[in-house]
Amino acid sequence: MFDDLTDLYQQLILDHSKSPRNFRVLPDANRTAQGTNPVCGDNYTLYAKVDGDIVKEIGFQGSGCAISKASASLLTESLKGRTIAEAKNLFNKVHDLVTTGNLDGDVGKLAALAGVHKFPARVKCAILPWHAALAAVEGKGETVSTETEKE
Amino acid sequence: MNNLSGTGFHPISIGDQEFMPQQTTKTVDWKALREDFPILDQKVHGQPLLYLDNAATSQKPRAVIDALSRYYERDNANVHRGIHELSNRATAAFEAARVRAAKFLNARSADEIIFTRGTTEGINLVAAAWGTKFIKRGDKILLTEMEHHSNIVPWQLLAERTGAQLVFLPIKGDCGLLDLAQLDAFLTSDVKLLAMTHISNSLGTINPVAEYCERARRRGIATLIDAAQSAGHRPLDVQQIGCDFLAFSGHKMCGPTGIGVLYGRGEVLEETPPYQGGGEMILSVDFHQSTWKHAPHKFEAGTPDISGAIGLHAAMVYLDGIGRDRIAQHDLELGAYAFEKLAALKGIRLFGPPIGRAGLVSFLLDGIHAHDVVTVADQRGVALRGGHHCNQPLMKKLGVESTARASFYFYNTTEEIDRFVEVVREIKKFFGG
Repeated sequence: MFDDLTDLYQQLILDHSKSPRNFRVLPDANRTAQGTNPVCGDNYTLYAKVDGDIVKEIGFQGSGCAISKASASLLTESLKGRTIAEAKNLFNKVHDLVTTGNLDGDVGKLAALAGVHKFPARVKCAILPWHAALAAVEGKGETVSTETEKE
Repeated sequence: MNNLSGTGFHPISIGDQEFMPQQTTKTVDWKALREDFPILDQKVHGQPLLYLDNAATSQKPRAVIDALSRYYERDNANVHRGIHELSNRATAAFEAARVRAAKFLNARSADEIIFTRGTTEGINLVAAAWGTKFIKRGDKILLTEMEHHSNIVPWQLLAERTGAQLVFLPIKGDCGLLDLAQLDAFLTSDVKLLAMTHISNSLGTINPVAEYCERARRRGIATLIDAAQSAGHRPLDVQQIGCDFLAFSGHKMCGPTGIGVLYGRGEVLEETPPYQGGGEMILSVDFHQSTWKHAPHKFEAGTPDISGAIGLHAAMVYLDGIGRDRIAQHDLELGAYAFEKLAALKGIRLFGPPIGRAGLVSFLLDGIHAHDVVTVADQRGVALRGGHHCNQPLMKKLGVESTARASFYFYNTTEEIDRFVEVVREIKKFFGG
């Protein structure tokens, strides 16, 4: 009965939401972007240090639900050391994963986000930090909102 | 006509006649009333549905669903224009709903009843039509910190257009009460309007609006009451409240979505210019100028929501068949019961007054976001709401981003609240709280 729930709130997700990794302001960040969900008030700021084409460091601050916070935490672990093109590619994979449950290749720990696709109302939570991260590393530096994400 | 199962009430006729339902017993069998609501009898995620999102929208009794079907199956036509039989019937039914709404609010006349899409449109109508004429640069509009966005943003738009200023009566702490003793200090000579909610949709605070209106009226200040959360939950008497305007929505009180009522005191409506222009609201139209009808028709341009008004009529009759005084008492009992049961849990923060609250409870569990609470509850068949409840300024004041909310209606029972509290316990356990 709770199968869907335990798919959504896997141990890894609960762990990352309670003890988020890279949960800090990067003092020497050269890229930042904010992500907000006006519906629930989730609000994250992503900080990245991009050197040439490489995401050298990435951190985040903010607050929100377990899904958004765990997604942001997992994101920082996944994007560190990647090129901007790789980050964009990973964004697309995560987007597919949380909307369809389909896993395209090895995404490591991010596979824990697969359970989200059974909860359409929570897709925005999972993808919010990814929108912000992409805006940051691509140097758009804008506030992104989940309202640009289709229902 | 179908009998209303479980109530012993006579159903409503659509025409201009009304059969007042008969109360068969003094006490209400609340559980039996559930049978009037077909939607309640279902499972969600394998669990019996426990619907606790009534402050967002209520469920609809068979009487309302049938009234809508009957209208479309037998009487559908446009109103006020036709000469033919169906148009006459539709017009009669639409205007009967207006008469019934006047009775529902104890308005002096059906001409004081304007049909709108809901509370939001009612408030926007006042801001656009009345406000544009009567609010000037430097004037103040007094609101409270517990207002819904729909009683803030229309005034912000008006203030932007006119150069008026918004002022907010503060609330005190998590218990979310206004301080009546402070009111007089806020009622300065430049205040032209006091617009406030009757019942807070996040806090469950019930404001003594008659007292507020009385003090405002003494100083010649116009008043508007947002009755979205109170209309289907307690008796409303606009003459006793003494307000100039009062707005409510049909869908939160057993009626259909898309219909609502704006009450406006006759004298005030007479001096208020039209809202939207179009058909239905005019007396004559020339290429360069027009004249319009008297209230309420000058505020109802275009084909109205005829079926909505008829459905709302059925809802008002249904509610008065139960007795809004009884519903209010039941609300108080459910609200107090839920508050007390939740307060006994560890690691919970509750919002709104502990006693004398409406039938809703907002809460936060330590370290667990409201959306996570709502997601897990949903998997247990419990429909809650999580978020800012269109109260972002209030949430900021309380220092939170969102809350979870359980809101009740008369078809909810204390047994259901027990089950809800048990689910809250499970949620705490699930997240290791």
